[in-house]
Amino acid sequence: MNTGLIDGHTSQAYDAEMNEIVNDVLAMGEKVTDQVEQALRAFIQMDSELAKQVIEADKSINDMEVSIDDKCVQVLVKRQPAARDLRAVIAMIKTIKDLERIGDQAKRIARMAGNASSQIMAPKAFSEFEQMGLRVNQMLQGAMSAFRQMDADAALQVALLDKQIDNDYEGILRQNMTYMLEDPRNISRIVEMTWVGRAIERIGDHARNVCEHTIYFVKGRDVRHVDDEQLEAVVRNR
Amino acid sequence: MEQPAMGAMQMTFDEKKESKPASGAIKMSARNVKVFYGDAEAIHGVNMDLYENEVVAFIGPSGCGKSTFLRCFNRMNDTIDIARVTGEILLDGRDIHDKKLDVVQLRAQVGMVFQKPNPFPKSIYENIAYGPRLHGLVDNKTDLDEIVETSLQRAGLWKEVKDRLDAPGTGLSGGQQQRLCIARAIAVSPEVILMDEPCSALDPIATSIIEELIDELKGSFTIAIVTHNMQQAARVSDKTAFFHLGDLVEINETREIFTNPQDSRTEDYITGRFG
Repeated sequence: MNTGLIDGHTSQAYDAEMNEIVNDVLAMGEKVTDQVEQALRAFIQMDSELAKQVIEADKSINDMEVSIDDKCVQVLVKRQPAARDLRAVIAMIKTIKDLERIGDQAKRIARMAGNASSQIMAPKAFSEFEQMGLRVNQMLQGAMSAFRQMDADAALQVALLDKQIDNDYEGILRQNMTYMLEDPRNISRIVEMTWVGRAIERIGDHARNVCEHTIYFVKGRDVRHVDDEQLEAVVRNR
Repeated sequence: MEQPAMGAMQMTFDEKKESKPASGAIKMSARNVKVFYGDAEAIHGVNMDLYENEVVAFIGPSGCGKSTFLRCFNRMNDTIDIARVTGEILLDGRDIHDKKLDVVQLRAQVGMVFQKPNPFPKSIYENIAYGPRLHGLVDNKTDLDEIVETSLQRAGLWKEVKDRLDAPGTGLSGGQQQRLCIARAIAVSPEVILMDEPCSALDPIATSIIEELIDELKGSFTIAIVTHNMQQAARVSDKTAFFHLGDLVEINETREIFTNPQDSRTEDYITGRFG
């Protein structure tokens, strides 16, 4: 954690409260990243036991969100934070909302895995799919790393990866249509795959949001709903 | 800490860097104002404009010069033997240090409310009537009664005191006394009101009544307020000025100062990292 941006209050208790929240957010990010990785593995390998674990673990993510939210509210009440402290609390409240939604998407993927139909797809059908999953996991890890470092440049680099995920999703859609035409027996499995692809694409969007919250914290600029070029301009102070 | 480029939480990307134009014309200006106590320079050449219908909050650690600077705007520092003010302070473009200017008249135009409510040891009515009488604003009792009533109404005190105008002003509660002092300042039709920590001796309810009053009064006056309460500055002011060691470090829109200050000293102060 780049604690220089969080620490340094005259009140050490204030420092401790802020650091506790940051550490909780990082722990939640780690847990969510694991969930995504395991949900995808469960889906690809049709591992219903692993899928069940992912579904059950989602509750702990929801609990983390509620607990961190409460700590943020306490800081708002007790400290009335201003400037970068205020931005940090706001950014963290928003970040955990996105993390919670990523957790929901992981659960959705795991449910698909739990219901997976019996048709066995040719392994090559999963290679691009796996690639997309790998990319979104890297993106998520990168987003949490940028948050840990409070590094706007790193957050920007990760946010820009979202476009690639969107492209991957387009590619999977096209590929899945071909598979359905080739062998209609695979249709239900391919529909599931498409839904999972959509869930991964949404995870990419949430990971980008996490990056935007970090940029807001560091730069003091609201970068929601801006295109990549504008995002770069803000981070590079252009 | 990287210096934030600009903007605030609610600011959309396309908004420009320039702070929005002030709501009115410039009412008072300070140009290169320095204040000396003996040989010691307490204020180091401060420039600032106060705009009509705007509230400017002065914040900063104790001893930073914010009250000293506030008192320059109606020459209250003249009352301190060892204090000396240099530079220009203009009211509607006219230098308030002009030898031909009547300082009593200046203080009617630029009224002041102090930290501790200081009603005269007279009746509520007399507290308000004193100024208009002194300045010859009325020539009959009916007009004076009207000024007393209007001033008390504008200060939000009329309903509470209308049946006991002859009671001593000192018998009111702290919050009421402070509103009485505000009514007293308003009674002489000032254009600018200076407030030096007007709520520091008041409870939260009395404070919020005064804050609401400030919001109403800015429709008619230019207001500058010194406060140690940062949330109060954030609530009542349009602009906030941060002072440190006799310098004006930063002045900007209040929402900018409290979400995205440009100077690291301002940021350190408002986030409790000072010293």
